[in-house]
Amino acid sequence: MAEAGTVRELASALRARSTSAVELARDAIARAKADPYNAWLLVAEEHALALAQAADERIAAGDPALLCGIPWACKDIIGTKDVETTAGSRILDGYVPPYSATVVERLDREGAVMIGKTNLDEFAMGSSNENSAFGPAHNPWDPARVPGGSSGGSAVSVAAGEVTFALGTDTGGSIRQPGALTGIVGMKPTYGRVSRYGVVAFASSLDQVGPFARAVEDAAIVCQALFGLDPSDATTMPLPAEDLRRDLERGVKGMRLGVPKEYFIRGIEPGVERAVRAAIRDLESQGASIEEVSLPSTDSALGVYYIIQPAEASANLARYDGVRFGLRVEGPDLVETYKRTRGAGFGAEVKRRMILGTYALSTGYYDAYYVKAQKVRTLIKEEFERVFAKVDALVTPTSPSIAFGIGAKVNDPLQMYLNDVFTLPVNIAGLPGISIPCGLSEGLPVGLQVIAGYFQEATLFRVAAAYERATDHHTLRPSTLRKS
Amino acid sequence: MSEIDRGVVRYVADLARIALTDEEVDRFTAQLSVVLDAVGKLREVDTERVPPTASVLPLQNVLREDEVREGLTVEQAMRNAPSRDGDLFRVQTVIEERPPSG
Repeated sequence: MAEAGTVRELASALRARSTSAVELARDAIARAKADPYNAWLLVAEEHALALAQAADERIAAGDPALLCGIPWACKDIIGTKDVETTAGSRILDGYVPPYSATVVERLDREGAVMIGKTNLDEFAMGSSNENSAFGPAHNPWDPARVPGGSSGGSAVSVAAGEVTFALGTDTGGSIRQPGALTGIVGMKPTYGRVSRYGVVAFASSLDQVGPFARAVEDAAIVCQALFGLDPSDATTMPLPAEDLRRDLERGVKGMRLGVPKEYFIRGIEPGVERAVRAAIRDLESQGASIEEVSLPSTDSALGVYYIIQPAEASANLARYDGVRFGLRVEGPDLVETYKRTRGAGFGAEVKRRMILGTYALSTGYYDAYYVKAQKVRTLIKEEFERVFAKVDALVTPTSPSIAFGIGAKVNDPLQMYLNDVFTLPVNIAGLPGISIPCGLSEGLPVGLQVIAGYFQEATLFRVAAAYERATDHHTLRPSTLRKS
Repeated sequence: MSEIDRGVVRYVADLARIALTDEEVDRFTAQLSVVLDAVGKLREVDTERVPPTASVLPLQNVLREDEVREGLTVEQAMRNAPSRDGDLFRVQTVIEERPPSG
């Protein structure tokens, strides 16, 4: 039971009839069931085998779709028709969506085979997967450490070779940071690229769905299937279709890459800085010109994020009231039923953010917090726009630290929030970002983040693919896997 | 220092319709004070002539034709209800009978 191959490897094996989609699905199901990292909340065996059978028929009929028959894992915040969806929360107890998210429909349309649903921080609120109501996921590089979050289970399912790719959601770094901490590719598209319809809403002006994969090309192939206007999500941008893989082979020669100086201060681990500086030198030796740039409002991003995000979340999560779906805990009257349901159904981090968000939106504080944060958001966005007039892309660390121990930061929310200082400015501005493996520190993976201008995903993939070709960090595997 | 105390946490949790235990009130008050102190640094940023950004997209007033489309069936919409009465979601009485006057 070898690890899952890349999209290109599997697609050609399927066409050569050296394997079948059903066989790939059976292998992936077996790996998911044997997963020792608590990466999966549900393995949808029958559902997956039915999809795989249909994929085999399509391939036999000559269907050229690259994703046809490829096994993938779905973060359990993305709604799946007739397959239980928990968002990592007790409050959605027993919830079975009556429709699928647009992203799931698009992968279904390609013939991709969803194996099951993966673990996450409750409602995607967290950076370690420890806020899941179903227990933490473990990092395959060291099971005593977190895999990052919130899309921890999706990252692990790919890092452990259980599936070829996975979907996550990224509101402040929830794809890129676990991608970095587990040594794989994690990509957040430009806000407006991917439909959020059918995805449990967290912070609606920041949320975006994106892929995890072993290879940059695989991430681009998945994005190709996901991107595009959806009439059911008015925040998707109407843009002409483009080939996201067109620049994968171009290399970085002649590109201008910016290094924002504000991303190399404040609590960054020396081993992380070393790996990222070495990666920047590698890109320079591939022919890119490197310039130091400045994003002076970077320091304010955490404050902006921890107002806008909980404020939007407190409005979005008002729908969990025990009336139409999920958990209900009865009280003596309706208001008391709401309170008891939400008190019992939400975990500690969700409650903290509901209180913070409701506070920031309440009378007397709305202007001082919420409107103020939206104004500083404008400054952050404008600084990025000015920098992208001078450079093609930015290169930074993805996370200030390597994977930390399970339990190390659970009682200190501010320390936990600081995990995302390098990723959340990208969500505030709505830009695309990718994390790719750039080596190890203390034997654990470090991620290099590449940020590009609005809708410049092809540029992101160009830089990431050039780096991947020039180095072999993406071939490193956890020793826990090498032994088996 | 931020202005959050146990009373504020209780008040806001009530607005958010979340029942908290006394232990939660204590813990969240301490934790949210630290977070709000960090967030409060935004006050030092000069935003005198800066407009707010609610959405980063250059989209406004996305419209579509008002056409009848197929939606969920009643049964699909109802099947997750924790308590139902036929095609209705069952909840507790919201409007109580007026007590007899006099």
